[in-house]
Amino acid sequence: MFEFLENLGKATRSSFAKLGRSTLFLGHTLTGIGDVIPRPNLLIKQIYSVGVLSFLIITISGLFVGMVLGLQGFYTLSDFGAEESLGVMVAASLVRELGPVVSALLFAGRAGSALTAEIGLMKATEQLSGMEMMAVDPVKRIISPRFLAGFISTPLLAALFSAVGVMGGHLVGVGMLGVDDGAFWAQMQANIDFQEDIINGVIKSIVFGFVVSWIALFEGYDAIPTAEGVSRATTRTVVNSAFSILGLDFILTALMFGDI
Amino acid sequence: MANSESLEKNIVSIKHLSFSRGSRKIFDDISLDIARGKITAIMGPSGTGKTTLLKLIGGQLSPDHGQIHVDGQNVHRLKSKDLFNLRKRMGMLFQSGALLTDMNVFDNVAFPLREHTHLPESMIRSLVLMKLHAVGLRGARNLMPSELSGGMARRVALARAIALDPLMIMYDEPFTGQDPISMGALVHLIKSLNNALGLTSIIVSHDVQETAAIADYIYVLSEGKIVGQGTPQQLADSDSEWVQQFMNGNADGPVPFQYPAPDYLDDLLSSHSTTAN
Repeated sequence: MFEFLENLGKATRSSFAKLGRSTLFLGHTLTGIGDVIPRPNLLIKQIYSVGVLSFLIITISGLFVGMVLGLQGFYTLSDFGAEESLGVMVAASLVRELGPVVSALLFAGRAGSALTAEIGLMKATEQLSGMEMMAVDPVKRIISPRFLAGFISTPLLAALFSAVGVMGGHLVGVGMLGVDDGAFWAQMQANIDFQEDIINGVIKSIVFGFVVSWIALFEGYDAIPTAEGVSRATTRTVVNSAFSILGLDFILTALMFGDI
Repeated sequence: MANSESLEKNIVSIKHLSFSRGSRKIFDDISLDIARGKITAIMGPSGTGKTTLLKLIGGQLSPDHGQIHVDGQNVHRLKSKDLFNLRKRMGMLFQSGALLTDMNVFDNVAFPLREHTHLPESMIRSLVLMKLHAVGLRGARNLMPSELSGGMARRVALARAIALDPLMIMYDEPFTGQDPISMGALVHLIKSLNNALGLTSIIVSHDVQETAAIADYIYVLSEGKIVGQGTPQQLADSDSEWVQQFMNGNADGPVPFQYPAPDYLDDLLSSHSTTAN
């Protein structure tokens, strides 16, 4: 019994300590962003690495998700003779939910894990320590540009995901199942609200980008500098990002669309 | 503040330093001075905290007690901006080289210059090539760190460490795992750079022969204490059994060959337990 309480106490204490470290780390990272602005090359390189290189996985996933939405939506809507509403159903599902959430999950798996492994290995090979000894702050030089790149890339990737998804829905609905082309687009245009749907979706993806970049970079920076430590940190990045994205999605959806 | 006479003579002055990791005491009230312009070696068996000492001098770790002055400044009282300014005058050569793996050799050496100066690119090029020439790797400027051997990586790291013309360089185990030719090149480089650039060098090592060949003064550490100090000759003539064991590499002596264990015969005859207690 005592052992259980002791372990519980230790776990609680270490969780709070980690929360404190991650908050200080975030503060340090955010203050470093001011130093990134005058050096756009650092940022562009990272946007390429975390954003542009995620382009393919986002495009292909978006296409398939849109195609599945087209199929499922058609069979459900056709029961009510409402196939013409397929466009609005596909677009609303994508811009409100699937675009921000799935692209953030993919981003965490593709770019977040890579960021954690990169930073963890830089720590293990004393590159961060070496930088400190060269009087260069590794958080400002290494972490802040990556954080900003993740933060900028996620909403753009989510927009790409949604756009390609709509094309996928169109391909299946109009191209294969014979939904009227004009109705598909017109219903979408009439019923998707810029403020309600698109802006809220963008806000979600901005929040997810912030959180995933924070988790990925912190886990790498806080990793135990061994092969096993880095591998565990990479796993934690993916798991914690997924939990955070899905949990935050519920909270944001409740705030934006619910009457809670 | 250290007084001006000792400041003139010593670049690093450590007073009553204690440092622990968890319950393990790494340093227990040690004091030592590093003379300006000399090569000072800090030696001792693995795990005595030699690298920790360099990190304490560089301000990456804070001591539990005691003070460390570098060039007259108390390292652990400095604000981070002043500490960073002090570090620009210290070079450090890590055991692994710690080269940035996403940059080639040229960019690695140029890194501190680009971060801390506003020199035009043409001048940075000349400086980098001069530093690389000094370590014999001007021709390797386009290689990536993954294409370098361990010895070459250390030489590139050395070129990077001298890029900002520091006052002193700290070498962390520079000879470990090197083949005889690389070892010879590093020994020669450390000595010649120290003399040619008027540096102060601190070498942390357990390679007795190589270190003793170039060091002006040696401190020998063990279990958190300084167990011997002097010029290489004085240490070779030392009557301390411990220093003799370390300098001659004897398997048994004050540091026993056997890890502490119960009586051998009793241990063999007691077949019930596999644990040594």
